[in-house]
Amino acid sequence: MKRLLVGIKRVVDYNVRIRVKPDGSGVATDGVKMSINPFDEIALEEALRLRERGVVDEVVVASIGSADTQAQLRTALAMGADRAWLVAVDQAVEPLDAARLMLALAEREQVLAVLLGKQAIDDDNNQTGQMLAALWNRPQATFASKVEFDGAVARVTREVDAGLQTIEVDLPAVITVDLRLNEPRYVKLPDIMKAKKKPLETLSVADLGVNLRHRVANVSFAAPAVRQKGILVKDAEHLVSELRARGLV
Amino acid sequence: MNNILIVAEHDGRSLNAATAKCVNCASQIPDARIQVLVLGHEVAGIAQQAATLAGVHSVLVADRSDNQHQLAAVLAPQVAHWARGQVTHVLGPSTTFGKDLMPRVAALLDAPQLSDIMAVESARRFLRPIYAGNAIVTVEVAADEPLLVATVRTASFAAVAHSGSADITAVTCPAELPSHTRFVSVSAVSSDRPDLQTAPRVVSGGRALGSSDNFKLIDDLAAVLGAAVGASRAAVDAGYAPNELQVGQTGKIIAPELYIAVGISGAIQHMTGIKDARTIVAINKDADAPIFESADLGLVGDLFVILPQLRELLARR
Repeated sequence: MKRLLVGIKRVVDYNVRIRVKPDGSGVATDGVKMSINPFDEIALEEALRLRERGVVDEVVVASIGSADTQAQLRTALAMGADRAWLVAVDQAVEPLDAARLMLALAEREQVLAVLLGKQAIDDDNNQTGQMLAALWNRPQATFASKVEFDGAVARVTREVDAGLQTIEVDLPAVITVDLRLNEPRYVKLPDIMKAKKKPLETLSVADLGVNLRHRVANVSFAAPAVRQKGILVKDAEHLVSELRARGLV
Repeated sequence: MNNILIVAEHDGRSLNAATAKCVNCASQIPDARIQVLVLGHEVAGIAQQAATLAGVHSVLVADRSDNQHQLAAVLAPQVAHWARGQVTHVLGPSTTFGKDLMPRVAALLDAPQLSDIMAVESARRFLRPIYAGNAIVTVEVAADEPLLVATVRTASFAAVAHSGSADITAVTCPAELPSHTRFVSVSAVSSDRPDLQTAPRVVSGGRALGSSDNFKLIDDLAAVLGAAVGASRAAVDAGYAPNELQVGQTGKIIAPELYIAVGISGAIQHMTGIKDARTIVAINKDADAPIFESADLGLVGDLFVILPQLRELLARR
């Protein structure tokens, strides 16, 4: 059975305005809307399309997080994933440990590829996929905007600073996805009902043979410096004279 | 002594300015001894450019044909080889090159990585943005970690001068390099405009331009200013501009002297890409657009009227 594994992270919803707690101990997340990391949603959409095209037979999703993360896994099942794993943790997991957990799952599931978002929009680390590829000793194709599977290889177009780079990787491989890869589907109500019956199993970190490490401490959080509001100019001529007065043009 | 290894970024012809910014960041780490590692094929000239960066102690050059396309899977074992047991910090730029490569290096070294460091507090303590720059976290690597890997938010550091003269040493890495990843092609949109990431002036267009034809108004204004062209994510998603021009959380983070945002509302995801710009100019017909909260100079009006006027006024000296 050809299988894809997709990583799903529960994050503060893209539309929530983030606030740092007044005491600097963290970011206020109580009662805010939580969602699937948008990049992971794109990874899942791509995996589902690959299954629909007959490239793979099964799409398995996995998340590392608290019990609440079941909500996001159910959404992933409603989108169309076949099965879900929750690796239950009650503490923050650093990217290298997340990669070790995903590696254990990838080996257990004998997957053709692991698809992940290029970064999570909470910690903006952009590390886990590359680390997983390194630990697995397999190729990585990061920032994908086009993915084609062809037998034992995948051709991936990557969004890089210079433009678009295409690479070919032997499978299995890790692919991390960028925004322009696809437009994720909307979940329909009947699919939500169907998803309740799909398998969602919980594993512990120890089940996967990983011991979590805490090597980077978050010492304090602060709001970013606010730029001073400037002045309004009345027309193009006024703007150019201001720019000239400031030596900018 | 903190031994710092910086992975140089280059395009095979010249050293990317991001490297000089990484050197500045590394120089702020106490008691730093800075080495630059240049990986590539036929890169003697690039090594010489790296050797002139102020504050660099020595340059290592790993010149081999396998390195021509700078694939992360090929470079990472070499970087790890030169770092293991030798250095306390491995730094690379937070560009797509560094973002792709450095976590692979960190995993091979079993080291923690800090992404997008924007300030140095000590050899183990750094500041970095999270939540698209909506919060800044001070992070500290545990005292018993012998080595840390980091990517440097280049917009937070000025480039050091080319005033040094470091020794250059050719090195060969015995690590076995994988063949499972192969370069196929790269398509770069050729442009005679300056590079977006290093240009002192940038003109960016947003969704209000309305079409890729209208986006030429941005090119025209940039041309008279000698500026690079940028775009908001909305303009890229609408197909008005290619993705490599995207500025913001999911695009490029830049710090020009002058940034002119035309028809861009100023979503936080865009602002995080320009908050280090010296002067921000906003042109938007919506007086309530959030970009006016952060702009040094704001002009409320119709961009289709204003842009031709600006171009004419600026061309007239």
